[in-house]
Amino acid sequence: MTPGMLIANDLACERGERLLFKNLGFELENGEALLVRGGNGRGKTSLLRILCGLSAPAAGVVRWRGEPINQAQEQYGREMSYLGHANGIKDDLTPVENLRLAAALGGRDLDMATATTALEQVGLSRCMDIPARVLSFGQRRRVALAGLMTAGALLWILDEPLTGLDVNGVAMVEQMIRDHVVAGGMVIVTTHQPLALDGLTQKTLSVGD
Amino acid sequence: MLKFFFTVIRRDVLLAARRRGDWLTAQFFFVMVVSMFPLGVGPEPTMLRTIGPGVVWVAALLASLLSLDRLFADDYRDGTLEQMLLSPYPTSLLTLGKAIAHWIINGIPLLVIAPVLGIQFNLPNEALWMLVLSLAIGTPILSLLGSIGAALTLGLRGGGVLVTLLILPLYVPALIFGAGAVEGILSGTGSEAQLSLLGAFLMMSLLLAPWVSAMALRVSVE
Amino acid sequence: MNLYYYASPSTFYPLAGKLIPLFSALAFILAVVGLYISFFVAPTDFQQGEGYRIIFIHVPAAWMSMFIYVVMAFWSAIGLAWNTRLSFIMARALAPTGAMFTFVALWTGAFWGKPMWGAWWVWDARLTSELILFFLYVGVMALQAAIDDPRRSDRAGALLNLVGVINVPIIYFSVKWWNTLHQGSSVSLTRAPSMAHIMLWAMLVMALAAWMYAIAVALVRARSLVLERERQTDWVRALLEGKP
Repeated sequence: MTPGMLIANDLACERGERLLFKNLGFELENGEALLVRGGNGRGKTSLLRILCGLSAPAAGVVRWRGEPINQAQEQYGREMSYLGHANGIKDDLTPVENLRLAAALGGRDLDMATATTALEQVGLSRCMDIPARVLSFGQRRRVALAGLMTAGALLWILDEPLTGLDVNGVAMVEQMIRDHVVAGGMVIVTTHQPLALDGLTQKTLSVGD
Repeated sequence: MLKFFFTVIRRDVLLAARRRGDWLTAQFFFVMVVSMFPLGVGPEPTMLRTIGPGVVWVAALLASLLSLDRLFADDYRDGTLEQMLLSPYPTSLLTLGKAIAHWIINGIPLLVIAPVLGIQFNLPNEALWMLVLSLAIGTPILSLLGSIGAALTLGLRGGGVLVTLLILPLYVPALIFGAGAVEGILSGTGSEAQLSLLGAFLMMSLLLAPWVSAMALRVSVE
Repeated sequence: MNLYYYASPSTFYPLAGKLIPLFSALAFILAVVGLYISFFVAPTDFQQGEGYRIIFIHVPAAWMSMFIYVVMAFWSAIGLAWNTRLSFIMARALAPTGAMFTFVALWTGAFWGKPMWGAWWVWDARLTSELILFFLYVGVMALQAAIDDPRRSDRAGALLNLVGVINVPIIYFSVKWWNTLHQGSSVSLTRAPSMAHIMLWAMLVMALAAWMYAIAVALVRARSLVLERERQTDWVRALLEGKP
């Protein structure tokens, strides 16, 4: 057996002088989803930021394909997509421009047609040419989700992806996650809302008990 | 890799073009600060000629600082900075790109405005050219060193004033060599030495600043 | 391994506690000896009269101000490279002392300048560099104070400190050069007229006293920083409960 693609060992995290969690570990392989649970302020977001490489853990190491992620920034950057609390879109640009710019910064080419299709899929066909600043919060979240789809990453790290979405939006995210995992992708997700992922290989991880 | 670098520059220039109001503020600030000096010290032409280069240079430092605190702050707020940090490319390339974009947006306009202000200060033609040349070499230094300060103070209360406090002392050599080059023309002692030293300082900033501000950015975002 | 033993805050705390009285006593004795030599043994300068005696404070303070900045940068570099908390704490503990010496150097420089040049402030190369050094200290401390998260605060301060230390020689050079171009003030603090041996000795003793003082004060400050940072840990709890 090959070891898991993403392995976290003995992670610990401190905020201020407070220890949020320690001795946290898991393995994740292709076609698996990891649901991170825990109450407010228990360190879910901190954990996800460690996993995507934005913060350094106080102890422990995260490995991607056997390499610590801080030494494999190039590969990990290509194969991982992170969706945080902020949507990561510029208010002054249109959704299409946002998607294409994000792709260019990630080292990918995204043609007009693909960007348009992705935006149609997330239900934004009518708002493609207006600046993102006039979109509602939920609509901007959808732009970010379209970005996630076009990024073509293997591993998705999603921090509260359902925030601000309506019922259709929630169903859409569930479908996105399901499709991605069934196609052999990996998803790490936190949410306070119920997320219906039946039929998938799920793991759960509790943070800060 | 090069494509990423140019995308960063293109992106920032595009964003500045969409928000021309913010961009113009810094340029007008520059013009106004310089115009305040004759009102403060009196209109005597020889005196103005003596202080002219220094005044224009100090105003350039301040104008560059004014726009610096937003170098990373806007991207930090809307989450695009995180996304760029997670891109497959070195962070120092990002900070270098952003510093150069800052120079294109805020530095180049100063080069165009400076001679006009120099005329107000009764500077002769030759000195005007030298003013533009010294600013052309010097203003990239301001953007590069400033990016360190902007990265260090990212997301802090009162970040703007703090940047000034951190970065102004580091600007001292640029100010001395830059204003000195123009004075060298005025006093007839030549300004080659000043320009070469300014160039050397630019090279050093170019080598070290993007790297340091990348580290600072990592520390601040964590 | 030995190094790591001393780098652990729980070993450092009691050790520093023992060292502080030692360094304080040394600082006190050296200061008394140094002041005695400077005021009673050193001869009156035939050019500058009694006023020159301020250099026994001024010069050691100026030395220390630069030296401490470099030591801070040393600790900052170690902290960033090996991620040792105690190094950051040492760098942070030294900053106020360094700023204080810089201020003293500026202040006494002004006092010396008045009788010598007839002006409180002259844009002399050394004084100007000292002023900018003071700004650098203020910048580091302001940055550290503005950041609430200790980890970020330490690292940000350390980075700024390193940038500063690379810049200090350049700033010094540029200021000196600027000074020679503008011939206005050709008087220099540096050209001490053939200093007598005894004067040099007094200065060295005073510098040593300042050094010991800096170590003692930095240790006191570091100790309280350690307590503050480690207040969640068992050894600090035990320590605090042990002393009713």
